[in-house]
Amino acid sequence: MSRLFLKMAPILLVLSWAAESQETGFRALAFATTVQEQRYKSLINELRCLVCQNQSIADSDADLAQQLRGEVYAMILDGRADSEIVTFMVERYGDFVLFNPPLKWVTSLLWFGPFLFLATGLCYLFFQIRNRARSDAEATVESPERPN
Amino acid sequence: MAKLLVPLALFLTVVAFLAVGLYRDPRLVPSPLIGKTTPAFSLESLRNPDHVLTLADLKGKPLLLNVWATWCAACRAEHDFLMHLATQQDVQIYGVNYKDDRPAALGWLSQLGDPYVANVYDPDGLLALDLGVYGAPETFVLDREGMIAYKHVGPLTMEVWEKQLLPVFKKL
Repeated sequence: MSRLFLKMAPILLVLSWAAESQETGFRALAFATTVQEQRYKSLINELRCLVCQNQSIADSDADLAQQLRGEVYAMILDGRADSEIVTFMVERYGDFVLFNPPLKWVTSLLWFGPFLFLATGLCYLFFQIRNRARSDAEATVESPERPN
Repeated sequence: MAKLLVPLALFLTVVAFLAVGLYRDPRLVPSPLIGKTTPAFSLESLRNPDHVLTLADLKGKPLLLNVWATWCAACRAEHDFLMHLATQQDVQIYGVNYKDDRPAALGWLSQLGDPYVANVYDPDGLLALDLGVYGAPETFVLDREGMIAYKHVGPLTMEVWEKQLLPVFKKL
């Protein structure tokens, strides 16, 4: 086990170095407080990039993602609340821009669909078991009366 | 018989959902701007940097607002059709030149023809951001009051025009 680790160590080192250098590839942004920086990081991870739809604007290097990150940054420095920033994005790109969709009439199936499936499955199971129990009971009642 | 029907019904439901999903374009995101007034802007005209265009310039007649750029291959593909609309069908088309370079854009128009009544020069994508543009070309149908009646993402073609935009455009 430890020999394996020794063999892997150089690879791990290279990988961690690569990951680090990639991170520093992004332009460092100056924030007044660490709270602002935290808010920036969490916001850009919650917003979807509409060009490469399965990536957040934090992950994507698309032109639009860069622009939207810039908007989020500017609005945070401007002292705007998280909810205002999210509203700004939704007004332009719709709920689709949020990775965490809001609970609304149109998204109800999305939110409650899994429970609906679970309930359907449980109902099915319940009736299956009841029917089987009933037919078993009938079988035991009927069998002694049957002439052999 | 009933035992067979339940799995069959489930199977057909799944098939129906998958079939619908297969033919839907996941890139088409419904715009929250439909039915709202075009966001206000104040940007230079592409041809004349001294002239500032605003929302007031777009009011008074139904028109198409087309977001385009010279770096956008799909915009090249729809350009001939825009020329056809402007010259043959007398449709007023305004352009938003999106994150582009002025000389390149002017060169494109002089080389390929200019279907636009006027172009808003938007090198930083300011108006495009307010319009929720996420992939050029995009075309908005605006009514007399500047309200957005319809939005199409992707190149305009005769088929798209006749089936989707024209029915909306005629009613304005």
